[in-house]
Amino acid sequence: MNPVLLPLLGGILIGLASAVLLLFHGRIAGISGITGGLLSPAPADVGWRVAFLGGLAVGGVLLAVFRPESLGPPVLTSVGATLAAGLLVGFGTRLGGGCTSGHGVCGLARGSKRSLVATLTFMATAALTVFISRHVLGGAS
Amino acid sequence: MKSLITLSVAGLAGVLFALGLGLGGMTDPAKVVGFLDVAGRWDPSLAFVMAGALGTYALLRPLILRRTRPVLAERFPPPPQAAVDGRLVSGAALFGIGWGMSGYCPGPALVSLPVGGTTVLLFVGAMLVGMGAFRAWEAVRSARMMRQPG
Repeated sequence: MNPVLLPLLGGILIGLASAVLLLFHGRIAGISGITGGLLSPAPADVGWRVAFLGGLAVGGVLLAVFRPESLGPPVLTSVGATLAAGLLVGFGTRLGGGCTSGHGVCGLARGSKRSLVATLTFMATAALTVFISRHVLGGAS
Repeated sequence: MKSLITLSVAGLAGVLFALGLGLGGMTDPAKVVGFLDVAGRWDPSLAFVMAGALGTYALLRPLILRRTRPVLAERFPPPPQAAVDGRLVSGAALFGIGWGMSGYCPGPALVSLPVGGTTVLLFVGAMLVGMGAFRAWEAVRSARMMRQPG
């Protein structure tokens, strides 16, 4: 399908889902925050967090059934690099108070300066990481 | 009854969010890396995911905040007051490195979890360990601050 319309439609769905969470629960749809909130010693409001994350998983199954091509194979193959990347994403999103959804969508949409700085920072280091791994170390073409 | 509605709405929002990520292309790590590869054959299509999400949420948010309270909760969250600091920048920087390495940010990784095989399982496991490590680090740090005020 159209390389512009489909991503745009996907984005609109993400925006709608985030709006539903704000309208009904008064919550910010930050995936790392929703997940990380479950790891506290005495997790508060477990219910909606688990329900939302369960919804993500159900969505994954629906995609696998109806649109399997949308779930591309991982680009990392080595176990060590996969674990390192996961650790960085987990620790980094909690230290920085958000990820692509919390800072990149919800934060930017309310004009937060923190979220703008965070988004520019993780975009920059992500692009730099891809540049180094692809064009300096020369993995994939 | 109310709690059942609360859970259903949150679950439905999760499904919708996942479908948006999937249709938009965010659950294809090669596509994400292609978007981040500005020096190579740059694939800008994921910018439209961000534009669509940002535009929709920015449009609906002020309408929602006209209400005095959320439909199923007591109050809307106060906007965070924290300033831009070293934690924000270094956390975002570390996250970006992991995102660039794997092509997975937390949402797409969780969406891919039930069907993504060993790599996604390892990634999400390590991500949860990383989040737990942050919590432990913060607990140690605040205990130390308490012992040595100022």
